[in-house]
Amino acid sequence: MMQTVAELSAALRARTISSAEITQQSLARVAAAQPVLNAFITVDEAGALASARAADAALASGDSATLTGIPIAHKDVLMTNGLRTTCGSRMLEHFVAPYDAHVVARLRDAGTVLIGKTNMDEFAMGSSNENSFFGPVRNPWNAAYVPGGSSGGSATAVAAGLVPAATGTDTGGSIRQPAALTGICGLKPTYGICSRYGLVAFASSLDTPGPFARDALDCALMLNAMAGHDARDATSLDRPVEDYTRELRAPSSAKPLAGLRIGLPAEYFGDGIDRSVASAIATALDTLRALGATTVDVALPGVAHSVPVYYVIAPAEASSNLSRFDGVRYGHRAARYDDIGSMYSRTRAEGFGAEVKRRILVGTYVLSHGYYDAYYLKAQKVRRLIAQEFVDAYAQCDVIAGPTAPTAAFAIGAKADDPVEMYLNDIFTVAANLTGMPALSIPCGFTPNGLPIGLQLQASYFAEARLLNVAHRFQQVTEWHRRTPPAITARALAAEGAR
Amino acid sequence: MALAPDAIIRLARLARIDIDRNEARDVKKKLDAILRLIDDLQAIDTADIVPMSHAQDVMLALRDDVVTETDQHERFQQEAPAVSGGLYLVPKVIE
Repeated sequence: MMQTVAELSAALRARTISSAEITQQSLARVAAAQPVLNAFITVDEAGALASARAADAALASGDSATLTGIPIAHKDVLMTNGLRTTCGSRMLEHFVAPYDAHVVARLRDAGTVLIGKTNMDEFAMGSSNENSFFGPVRNPWNAAYVPGGSSGGSATAVAAGLVPAATGTDTGGSIRQPAALTGICGLKPTYGICSRYGLVAFASSLDTPGPFARDALDCALMLNAMAGHDARDATSLDRPVEDYTRELRAPSSAKPLAGLRIGLPAEYFGDGIDRSVASAIATALDTLRALGATTVDVALPGVAHSVPVYYVIAPAEASSNLSRFDGVRYGHRAARYDDIGSMYSRTRAEGFGAEVKRRILVGTYVLSHGYYDAYYLKAQKVRRLIAQEFVDAYAQCDVIAGPTAPTAAFAIGAKADDPVEMYLNDIFTVAANLTGMPALSIPCGFTPNGLPIGLQLQASYFAEARLLNVAHRFQQVTEWHRRTPPAITARALAAEGAR
Repeated sequence: MALAPDAIIRLARLARIDIDRNEARDVKKKLDAILRLIDDLQAIDTADIVPMSHAQDVMLALRDDVVTETDQHERFQQEAPAVSGGLYLVPKVIE
């Protein structure tokens, strides 16, 4: 299933295909790919087929919207009423969500068909999807490589054509980095645009739901359904409804990006960037200039501190948020304990994986008496310095461009024993979470050994429509987003043919 | 800075996570590396900077003080490891 959401939507309305047929194709591909890619934790075949029949009835009666009948998948950190929601953790291995997350309900109301829940780093903590209780996800371009994380299952599901779109959550790059490493489009919206209600909390001041799709138009269509005010999330912003496709629908011209100023921070083009990544980004910038954009140098020296700031603030918030997992109200409880204290500590020792425990311990440390000012308060001050640098930079430019990650995908196991090296993957993505500004990743090339490279475009608060338009104009003159992983495509197609 | 050997055990106790002595050695090594990473922040001048606790400097929304949730305790307690008579069961905490 390599068609886009927009293409499938047109076919559904023209009645050349039914949602039941698309859904069956999707389920068949998911089943064929699962032993290789491990992109899913739970597949809801019966629910998907029932939703598809309802969608077909809506399409027949003319009571349909753009996403009616489109199969999608949700990252398993988003609550789905009546369906298992594990967060990739043993702690919630058997947890059935009693209600829908806001973005899940919005996409259900928009007529989408939920295929299942995707694999992820445990509680969204990771950059490689190796930290899942349900096993690593594999990159569809080369199964020996990671797909990125933490939303690795959703990214892989879209890249391998299992579903045309999926949700993710981005706390430090968890949508954009896996989008880059699997060759698809992923958007982290402005903080507060999409409600966090029903998103199992990792770092509440940074967590942001957002879409994955093959191209910018599909991401805009998904965001149209996902965004909106929700009183159940106190940080959800009450703003006028936007059509995020509005700029994309303007007729194309030779210079559709005329007047656009693209900021190039030296900090995103320095040492430590893989040569093939640097070269692909340079070519992408040439393409954007050919479309009429101009480039300007901007300074963001604080970006160098963004990883340390993030790895104070995110673990601090995580240590607080994850204190709810105590074996009393839901989730795992240890089989053997002596008293209530050992019930808590054994439950948490058994239920959490190594990386989650590390972050809880770091968070406990930076919040503890005697260290709070030196680490947590200090990090919050540097967070403001970084945010101010971005505000200043956007006085000189409209978007900021650079690589999404310093390298393409790395081999499974390559960084598993070195948390700091793993954290440095996030160097270009965490700043947008600290500031709350929107950013996206789109495919812009391949390494010599055939792994995708991502271009990150960032902008100031509420500039999603502009970001998506820049990505869309780039995709109108490039073909990177149309490339599909050869091996998995052949395997899944063979499986479909065999049915 | 590096953690004192006993600090890991103390942190684990604060975080309510059981860690045995063997595990503590590996955890300490990795936590020390993470603390070296975040120690970089100490060199930055942040005099007169107001801490930024949230991505948007907006006031949290207020709402009328009325009940908005319905009673779903039976459904929610289906997820609990141990329940009796509508109550969550925990090991005895008082004599």
